Amino acid sequence: MLRSLFTFNTLLRAGILFFTFFLSSISFAQDKVEMADIMRSNGKIYVVVAVCLTILIGLFIYLFIIDRKVTRIERNRE
Amino acid sequence: MNVPHLPILNETIRNLYFHVCMWFGMMILFIISFIYSIRYLSSSNHKHDIFAKAFASVGCYFGILGYATGTIWASYTWVTDQGQSLGSILKEPKLIGAAIALLIYGAYFVLRGSFTDIDKRARVSAVYNIFAFAMLFPSIWIIPRLVGSLHPGAPGGEGGNPALNFKDIDSRLRMVFYPSIIGWTLLGVWITTLKIRLQLIKDKILFDA
Repeated sequence: MLRSLFTFNTLLRAGILFFTFFLSSISFAQDKVEMADIMRSNGKIYVVVAVCLTILIGLFIYLFIIDRKVTRIERNRE
Repeated sequence: MNVPHLPILNETIRNLYFHVCMWFGMMILFIISFIYSIRYLSSSNHKHDIFAKAFASVGCYFGILGYATGTIWASYTWVTDQGQSLGSILKEPKLIGAAIALLIYGAYFVLRGSFTDIDKRARVSAVYNIFAFAMLFPSIWIIPRLVGSLHPGAPGGEGGNPALNFKDIDSRLRMVFYPSIIGWTLLGVWITTLKIRLQLIKDKILFDA
């Protein structure tokens, strides 16, 4: 019983749980802090920048995946 | 371009050109996919099945991008200084409906992957695609309008279709908004044509070998 309590798996699980609590405590702490972070400065224009970048990066990733598929087909033809 | 000066939203009103256009693009791509599914059922042309699948997958991708951008937008406008967390804000009828709609489309690809017979896969998934398209309307258009929501278009706010309501949207925004819908949709259609051509070449190699 005691042996199974300290197996690698349980330790890993406890570690992950602890890490999650740790992360959530950090994010809560940030919520309570003043709202004058970068995203809310300059009339929240950086939110628009973030949204724009999300779409651009997302589309680039998608196009890269398609590009890889084309390369694979080209290699198979030779 | 000058934009209306609004409280809370501030400059994020410019997200109208990106976030809203993603969903518009998704809707248009899903409509095209739906049309090709019907055409497949009436013609049994294998090409129509490839078209329907490609349009649905790019539409789904646009939906995911719309969801991600919406989360970013909401976390800086819906979350105010009254100590709400983003998790409590995101329990929204509009967001849950959008997630359901995207998951239904996700099941479309799972269904496609589970068949080995090409003809059976094409026929069953065409029928499922029509069902998925029909489910889109209650989950993202009707239910969020019936219950209260922070998202524009809910009862209590302006009502009607957000961003298309003529009393709601400023004419300065419309000048960029309509062209950007067309632009993003054309980009989606171009990516879809790449996927379609790729699949056609794959099939050709398969039949040649």
